[in-house]
Amino acid sequence: MIYTDNAATTKMSEAAVNKMFSLINTTWGNPSSLYSVGQEAKEALEKAREEVAAIIGARPQEIIFTSGGSEADNQAILSAAKLGERKGKRHIISSAFEHHAVLHTLEKLRKEGFEITLLDVHSDGLVRPEEVETAIREDTCLVTIMFANNEIGTIQPIREIGAICREKGVLFHTDAVQAIGHVPVNVVDDNIDMLSASAHKFHGPKGVGFLYVKRGILLTNLIEGGAQEKGKRAGTENVPGIAAMAEALKEANEKMADNAAHMTAERDRLIAGLKEISHSALNGDALKRLPGNVNFCFEGIEGESLLLLLDDKGIQASSGSACTSGSLDPSHVLLAIGRVHDVAHGSLRLSIGEDITDEEVDYIIKSVKEVVEYLRGFSPIWRDLMTGKKEFIL
Amino acid sequence: MALYSEKVMDHFRNPRNVGVIENADGVGEVGNAKCGDIMTMYLKIDNDVISDVKFETFGCGSAIASSSMATELIKGKPVSEALKLTNKAVAEALDGLPAYKMHCSVLAEEAIKSALKDYYDKNGIAYDADLLGGEHDCEHCCE
Repeated sequence: MIYTDNAATTKMSEAAVNKMFSLINTTWGNPSSLYSVGQEAKEALEKAREEVAAIIGARPQEIIFTSGGSEADNQAILSAAKLGERKGKRHIISSAFEHHAVLHTLEKLRKEGFEITLLDVHSDGLVRPEEVETAIREDTCLVTIMFANNEIGTIQPIREIGAICREKGVLFHTDAVQAIGHVPVNVVDDNIDMLSASAHKFHGPKGVGFLYVKRGILLTNLIEGGAQEKGKRAGTENVPGIAAMAEALKEANEKMADNAAHMTAERDRLIAGLKEISHSALNGDALKRLPGNVNFCFEGIEGESLLLLLDDKGIQASSGSACTSGSLDPSHVLLAIGRVHDVAHGSLRLSIGEDITDEEVDYIIKSVKEVVEYLRGFSPIWRDLMTGKKEFIL
Repeated sequence: MALYSEKVMDHFRNPRNVGVIENADGVGEVGNAKCGDIMTMYLKIDNDVISDVKFETFGCGSAIASSSMATELIKGKPVSEALKLTNKAVAEALDGLPAYKMHCSVLAEEAIKSALKDYYDKNGIAYDADLLGGEHDCEHCCE
């Protein structure tokens, strides 16, 4: 099996699994308790906080543990909105291809009277800092732009956007779920006020994540009921999960340069190989993208059948086609970069892992070529394109 | 993958009656690229019997499987029987489809009806328009 859906989730690292088990077995106390087994858990929790904070250039007290990236996104955005509202600022800037954890939260705020500006991400899948600057108004209370896109992997000019927000005195949040553990992220250097992360995207466990929030920014609670996380996130902490997350992040951070070099080389081989398929196109900028992300559109075929046939060949990937999402519209990310529906249905995302080999990349290229050719063989769209009844888009 | 039944996967992996019939007696194309599925059905009709049928499909696994199953259900059958094929029969023959994929079986039924209508039109045969249903308007489903 070749697992190439690491943007969906990753397998837990051995170190993270071991850490989790050791905590489950020995440090199972409630960190809020005064006796020793509780205090040992508290120690493990605070150690994890220090480790996570150090890796992203934050202070431990600026890290709030959450159930994952979506919760962190919700809390960051709703908190900034609340702070803005107090000063009569009800305008938020974001981009058209954010994760739904961001977009749906913004939609909720829009219904409550906030004005939302979604910036264009252009055909290369990149937000333009100058467009952020132009969009900022007197009443803007938040700019939220993702660090790296989850579907097409494009890495945004976060540092530049952050600098503009600093200068204008507007809060800046970034959903860094796809970036943390894969590319360097430093909240100080990158001018970030709030940042969301999720453990299972960097070989940590599912159901755990964190929110970085710069000192002095008051958070609004999503969950009430206890003094945990400085009263900002009630509920007994998932200590084994949090400790395993810190372990996974340390490992990802230590190996980041080597992993990125290897994955970038394999990614580029994969891109070069898939480009040989006629009437296909890479989605998103070829260089400003995550080391493990490859996303293509193939004209004349539909993504779900492509995925099922690749699965038969032992390759596990994903697609932005409507059929795979359970909705009737293809991926909002592909539509945001200007792919029309017809073409967006035929997309394939391969998010490779750190251990991908040359042989596996060769096999993926060969398999995708075979499957695309096979499906085009009885596709009425492809027939119309080939007979000139329809014009090629790609 | 438990998304689909074994039957769906079998018809998806090994679709029956794939291809084109040159000089077909009836051709029907339904669906919309925008929505992500298009089906074309080709019929050869001899003495009111569907002597051959082929299909081309752009779409997901269940769209391909539905087209394949639909061709099997009408091949060798009198036209009068093919006219009665329902999407439900296609889905049942596939041991069921997930609820949000039922429209694939609807497309298969409509593709066959559209091909039969083409056959009647070409040959100046009068038919009951109600039986063939209206042209499927796919726009509504993806708006």
